[in-house]
Amino acid sequence: MSAYTLKIRRFDPETGDTARWQDFDVDLAPERSVLDGILQAKDREDASIWIRCSCRAAICGSCSVKINGKTGLACNTRISDAAADAKNGSIVVEPMGNMPVIKDLIVDMDAVHWKKVQRVIPWLLPEGDPPEREYIVPAESMIDITQSMACIQCGACVGACLSLEVDPDFIGPAALAKAYRFVGDPRDGATEDRLVDLAEDPHGLYDCTHCFACVEVCPKDVAPMNQIMRMRRQATSDYEIKDNNNGYGHEKAFVGLIEKYGTLHEAQLLPRSFGDGSLVKGQTDPKAVKQLVEALPTAIRGVKSGKVSPLKALIHHKLPDQKQVRRIFHEIESKDERLELNMYIVGEVGGSNPDLDETAPAMGETGDEG
Amino acid sequence: MKVAYWPGCVSRGFTPELHGSMAAVAPLLDIELVELDRANCCGAGVIAEHNQELVDSLNARTFAMAQGVEGAIGMMNICSTCQGAQTECKERLDADEAYRDHVNGHLTPEGLAYKRSGAWWNKNFLWLLVEEIGLDALRERVVRPLEGLRVAPFYGCYIVRPTERLGYHEHPERDGYLEQVIEAIGATPVEYAGSHKCCGFPVITMNRETSLRQSGRHMADAIDAGADCVVTPCPLCHLNLDLQQPDAARYVERDLGMPVLHFPQMIGLALGIDPKTLGLNKHVVKTGAVQRKVAELTAA
Repeated sequence: MSAYTLKIRRFDPETGDTARWQDFDVDLAPERSVLDGILQAKDREDASIWIRCSCRAAICGSCSVKINGKTGLACNTRISDAAADAKNGSIVVEPMGNMPVIKDLIVDMDAVHWKKVQRVIPWLLPEGDPPEREYIVPAESMIDITQSMACIQCGACVGACLSLEVDPDFIGPAALAKAYRFVGDPRDGATEDRLVDLAEDPHGLYDCTHCFACVEVCPKDVAPMNQIMRMRRQATSDYEIKDNNNGYGHEKAFVGLIEKYGTLHEAQLLPRSFGDGSLVKGQTDPKAVKQLVEALPTAIRGVKSGKVSPLKALIHHKLPDQKQVRRIFHEIESKDERLELNMYIVGEVGGSNPDLDETAPAMGETGDEG
Repeated sequence: MKVAYWPGCVSRGFTPELHGSMAAVAPLLDIELVELDRANCCGAGVIAEHNQELVDSLNARTFAMAQGVEGAIGMMNICSTCQGAQTECKERLDADEAYRDHVNGHLTPEGLAYKRSGAWWNKNFLWLLVEEIGLDALRERVVRPLEGLRVAPFYGCYIVRPTERLGYHEHPERDGYLEQVIEAIGATPVEYAGSHKCCGFPVITMNRETSLRQSGRHMADAIDAGADCVVTPCPLCHLNLDLQQPDAARYVERDLGMPVLHFPQMIGLALGIDPKTLGLNKHVVKTGAVQRKVAELTAA
């Protein structure tokens, strides 16, 4: 048994008092969980501590909290690990972010998480009449969605999402991962409608800021951000959805510039984004004009600070071997299907791959120089 | 120490002061930079959104070129986004031999191939400085300890998450390196809410409000925590934190004016390089107050 201190954020709206911190000393074996610690404090010291929990085995998804600033399941976090991460000796336990606190460690999942899940129509919309018996689906066509199906609705990603922090209307990682569960389902007949809906929503597919916070905190490796990126690939490449948020144009412009120059010509990225990748097409669109005008002060600041010369903004040199890059683009883009390596299925690095030699110098014989 | 050096696109584009400051700092730390001037963009997460095989092939090409630099101990970048985007590709290339061979097939006309090796690495200058050069060696070379300068670290998402992909199991302190370096050069690290959050840059063309509310909020938090400046190892973050700061101020409805330094610029100041050589005059948010503080240190 070891002694640990939990610093728990207490808040009871009925008292009218502001939130406060309260320390609890607990005594547990190091392999026990932070949840065990909270429950011991509740059992021995203060029965009024509120925490939502049930299975204690990372299955029910009830006990997500913030531990030392990181969102996760309390039952799935070893108390000794949390103590090792703790600053000043106390394990800090708070309610998750981005959701209103009901009491102590319990947040209002209905007000945020579940509402957002409902937003994405989380059920199958099959096309045509149902078959007489069950739907027959080849196993390999379901592999792609097993990752999003692993979600236990714990809300950790919602609590940690950095876009939600500034835009509470963002559909958010959990709901978008759930959306992919149906977008990727071969039985669903509304794939394009779903993608159009999510791409056109100003708080949808293109409001994800690519910060990996959801990937980091998910206890089930759902990697919600990866599911969002999958949907972006499908929206732009498979369905060519030219959304109002400029997601399509931005991707086309960026990829097109690398195909042309090899490195990014930043000055052309924004104007090309409005022309689906073309420098001139689409610039007269009133929305494009408005955004380009909005971006003008930024461009002027760039020139005034000496970062960018007008010449540099106009002329961007191609890589010396740009034809190699173009050939790679052509080889891959001319194929009918995209090849995607699903790391969730392939597994982790360092398996039984025979050619991995951890000790061999990587380059020539001078590996230890310097 | 010789490294294959990938400077990235933005350091040679809209943040030329980053490229210049790295070039000025490298010899003082005995780093020989062999620039990969034929390598292509890392994709910055956007090409990965478009086609994984494409982005993996483009970065395999860069890795193969880096592995071909005679005598280099590894590859170095100066951009958190390059670090993360390239590590993502490396993870896929390393995970599956058949996939790696397939991707290498796109490089064969030029005789290039990415070879998986546990000993080969690609590190941001921040990681290289702490892990390969060492904080003690850095301290020995500091000629102008930045005493009294309060510096707020800003990492950039791609260099802190996901930890499993980015080698945090082997180097668990990587998310604290900026603070360690700030201390090593005599300055004071400032703790504030935004240090490991997102600058918002990836959605600047798609949702300006979400984007600039993020950068604006972090700068406001750094001001409230009493920072003299922010330092970042990511030029894309720098674009949103510095170049866009006057606009970000409107989205968070308050004055900002927080100078944002590139990581090599901060090192350069401590190594005695003059601010102009480091390009401190090429910032949107004026760095005069930082420069004056540093000048006072020299005088004292």
